[in-house]
Amino acid sequence: MAYPTDRKYTKEHEWIKVVGQQATVGITDHAQESLGDIVFVELPKIGAELAAGKSFGTVESVKAVSDLFAPMSGAVTEVNGDLTTSPEKVNKDPHGSWMLKMTMKNPADLQDLLSAADYEKFVAEEGGG
Amino acid sequence: MSAVETTTPAVRKTALNAVHRQMGAKMVDFNGWDMPVEYPASIGCGIINEHMAVRTGVGIFDVSHMGDIRLAGPQALAAVQHISMNDASRLAVGQAQYSALLYPQGTFVDDVIVHRLAEDEYLLVINAGTREKDFNWVRDNTRQFDCAVENLSDDFTQIAIQGPKGVDVLQKLTDADLSAVKFYWVTRGTVCGLRNTLIARTGYTAEDGFEIYIPADEATSARVWNEILSAGKEFGLVPCGLGARNTLRLEGKLPLYGHEISDTINVWEAGLDRFCKMEKREFVGRAALEVAKSEGVIRTLVGLEMVDRGIARDGYKVLDGGGRAIGYVTSGSPAPFLKKNIALAYVPPGFTAAGTSVNVEIRGQAVGAQVVPTPFYKRPKK
Repeated sequence: MAYPTDRKYTKEHEWIKVVGQQATVGITDHAQESLGDIVFVELPKIGAELAAGKSFGTVESVKAVSDLFAPMSGAVTEVNGDLTTSPEKVNKDPHGSWMLKMTMKNPADLQDLLSAADYEKFVAEEGGG
Repeated sequence: MSAVETTTPAVRKTALNAVHRQMGAKMVDFNGWDMPVEYPASIGCGIINEHMAVRTGVGIFDVSHMGDIRLAGPQALAAVQHISMNDASRLAVGQAQYSALLYPQGTFVDDVIVHRLAEDEYLLVINAGTREKDFNWVRDNTRQFDCAVENLSDDFTQIAIQGPKGVDVLQKLTDADLSAVKFYWVTRGTVCGLRNTLIARTGYTAEDGFEIYIPADEATSARVWNEILSAGKEFGLVPCGLGARNTLRLEGKLPLYGHEISDTINVWEAGLDRFCKMEKREFVGRAALEVAKSEGVIRTLVGLEMVDRGIARDGYKVLDGGGRAIGYVTSGSPAPFLKKNIALAYVPPGFTAAGTSVNVEIRGQAVGAQVVPTPFYKRPKK
């Protein structure tokens, strides 16, 4: 799958898309593929302060439990409640099924994250894909 | 006969390894074996689809990592009776039974299926992770009997064809009359051109199904695997990995070594009483079990169903209403067919009655669950 170029990626397999002051966060196609059937998503409360690189929630497949890591620091403004009842949407449309929206503490940090091309290369080197 | 066998450190592969990789299976290290955990969503697989296929149609599994021990000779029955807790004297030729090998203290070496293949010939099918331990244990504990003990673990590719439509798929590929083979019986027949193939109506999915034992060379194994896939197409057959194997056995409360049973858990705790025949005069572990029975158990295996939102996983703590740790989860998972989050757990007496409320500690939070009757799933009787 081609990774959308309208956003940035982390080595923990999250994507972050910035429009104006607001960032939207989800997990990548590679992440959903490695996890398998996703059955449970646990997200933070609105207003929660996220710290870059720190866990902000959990995603579980039938087989495994994985932490979700914040791509950037900031405050949660919205969470995708739809995923509580239909977590399988992350498998079907990982780049459309966002998990949360946030305001960024340091918008300039965005440039430290991976481009779509770099992320694709990273995944290939990791042995996935 | 060889000296003590040691575990090979390198990861082991079944004869179908290349086939699994070619099909795009996600591979994992399972007890030192490189095994498929699930096949890709792009071919209609994934744990949930594989699980559902076995419950409602048919799926196939490569279970060649399972071990096989053959006991044959004039005292084969006496040897099997000595080392296993079920009563093998009740087996007719062609019949099989669930049983276990026990340590003198009444805890588990392993659980096994004992097949009586001929008058004086038995086949024990054992777990992958305990192959060498089991073989050494069986050999060492049967020396006093006039009976040859052979490790045939590397001789077979073992394929499980599981689900209500399994009989229809396999019948297309064999001359054996499968309708005459009852559950937990075996027969022999030509399968995919392989004469005298052992066919057992057994499995680890809590569903009807068969397990076939064919030569372990790669070419034959791949040919048979692919012929089953083709024959199963009209029945919606899918290949299944260890992920679905685990959720299927969990719904049926079939124990897994290292989880529900182990060298520190005894037969009464595991609730396997009906497979343990104390009326047998003697078997390894019997004396300790006699004592344990009079003393009573300090923990019992129960089924849990999550009441609140959350998934109990292997090793999570079970808490009482006051937050005190009282037990632990041995296996926990979403149950794809039942569409509930279920678990097996050891809890003390007083917490075993169906309907009892407990909590499971999930990432530091006490999440509500209740004790439910087991097995969680029982296949409909025909």
